[in-house]
Amino acid sequence: MTVKGERPHALLDVPLHYCPGCTHGIVHRLVAEVIDELGIEGKTVGVASVGCSVFTYNYFGCDMVQAPHGRAPAVATGVKRARPDDVVFTYLGDGDLAAIGMGETVHAAARGENIVAVFINNAIYGMTGGQMAPTTLPGQVTQTTPYGRDVKTAGNPIRVCELLSSLDGVALAQRVTVDCVKNVKEAKRALKKAFEYQMAGKGYCIVEVVSTCPTNWGMSPKDALQWLRDNMLPYYPLGVYKDVGEGGQ
Amino acid sequence: MSMAERVLMKGNEAIAEAAIAAGCRHFFGYPITPQTEVAAYMSKRMPKIGGIYLQGESEVASINMVLGAGAAGVRVMTSTSSPGISLMAEGISYIAGSDVPCLIVNVQRGGPGLGGIQPSQADYCQATKASGHGDFHMLVFAPSTVQEMVDLVAGAFELGDKYRMPAMILSDGMLGQMMEPVTLPEPRDMRDDKEWAARGHDGKRAHNVINSLYINPQELESLVKARYEKYAVIVENEQRAEEYLADDADIIVVAFGASSRVSRSAVDMARKSGIKAGLVRPITLWPFPEKFLAKHAGHAKTFLSVEMSMGQMVDDVRLAIKCSRPVEFYGRTGGVIPTPKEVYDAIVRINGGGQR
Repeated sequence: MTVKGERPHALLDVPLHYCPGCTHGIVHRLVAEVIDELGIEGKTVGVASVGCSVFTYNYFGCDMVQAPHGRAPAVATGVKRARPDDVVFTYLGDGDLAAIGMGETVHAAARGENIVAVFINNAIYGMTGGQMAPTTLPGQVTQTTPYGRDVKTAGNPIRVCELLSSLDGVALAQRVTVDCVKNVKEAKRALKKAFEYQMAGKGYCIVEVVSTCPTNWGMSPKDALQWLRDNMLPYYPLGVYKDVGEGGQ
Repeated sequence: MSMAERVLMKGNEAIAEAAIAAGCRHFFGYPITPQTEVAAYMSKRMPKIGGIYLQGESEVASINMVLGAGAAGVRVMTSTSSPGISLMAEGISYIAGSDVPCLIVNVQRGGPGLGGIQPSQADYCQATKASGHGDFHMLVFAPSTVQEMVDLVAGAFELGDKYRMPAMILSDGMLGQMMEPVTLPEPRDMRDDKEWAARGHDGKRAHNVINSLYINPQELESLVKARYEKYAVIVENEQRAEEYLADDADIIVVAFGASSRVSRSAVDMARKSGIKAGLVRPITLWPFPEKFLAKHAGHAKTFLSVEMSMGQMVDDVRLAIKCSRPVEFYGRTGGVIPTPKEVYDAIVRINGGGQR
């Protein structure tokens, strides 16, 4: 028997709590593969946020700190300033990063804080049961936008990569998705670049992963991926919004 | 600067230098009057000694930077004033719930709301009973001189590390802004040996997780209870207070920080006029120095709590002496500092002589 693929060492051998079809599992694996390939598990500290990804501290094999809701960029800043030789990443959802934690996110990015933000954008609050997120699409039905998001009263969605890419401290801002093998590979390349940029001291890196939430979208995993392609990607176009490049600092 | 010589320093600057001498190399904070000199001093000193001064975008961010650095195992502090502590309440709760040591300085000002910028002690209950959501305590120290601000800093860091919990220096705008001669301690080297810290496992151990989330209620309850067993040890062993002319006193004035300085003068005035007054000055506010008060409940006829608030410590005095004697209150609030004469008059009234 030949082994074609194994669990990355940086991903612990424990059951994940995520719903069927949720893309968190794929992104966890990609992050862990990158940590393995760079050989940095022993000097990496992850900062878990609040939301569905709160339990990441149980899943990644590196040292972990669990931050208050929205505060992961500040907690990660504290870790990185205390241990500048460590590799520090945060893993956050859209409510955490773009609602309650937008202040911490913008300022960590503006400072060029040398951390990686893995940002899961699935346009909804998952853990609390499907409420409107800052990235919920116009017209999208959630528990707290039962008639669809009316931008006249509930405001407009926030495109995070576009917003952060205007800041000088940002070394990499890239939006990816994991709906197919090709895009999964591209997502991994982006994540690896982000970690490599941090190790080279280039500054704040964010990889936004346009993701699905079949449970709270009320769809099968397969339909959710199609809904992502039809609705999310036109509003949140994939691509590199900022990249200082190899020579950048 | 040479550490053995006496120098004239502002309280806020002295506390910063004392923290540096105690091995603190990480400071995160946000400007607010009347503590800003702490941050300004740190911003000047830290870059010269390989330390970190970082101005957060808010008190909320700053306390979470403290959480991160503390979780990574370094000696870390922040400094703010009353409204800033309200903003830090969330982070303080997480820090306590994650068993992360750190030092928080509160240079109190008048409240509630934006309040004022003059000295106050109206954050007593917040500091000692409800610094954030959930069951937890902080170590709380109340200096009354600039020298004591210096002296308490190293101990606050040490006890915070020993018990893995946040410690607070509860100062006020008067102590922070006043200048007094101080002798600074010899700088000490910090050991970097916190085995529980999240700082990279180097492949040599299982991963460390700094966390306050426990979904299973029985697990959370048992962890909180274990923390309270630790608190019981602290209550037993770490109470501190200064007693002044208390052993034969009929009237025991209880006051901490700035109001204790005023009260001490009032006790001297009372003694000169033949009233047997004494002072018990809590140095630890949590744990509250119950032992130092209970031992005087036998001879003292009355206790008088003097505070720069509407009387937040009074109930703790009553509990400390199990309500065995009357506990009176005199206080000013909103940033008003009581005069020795006012406190003296209160002592005289209690003593039964209203005509002065």
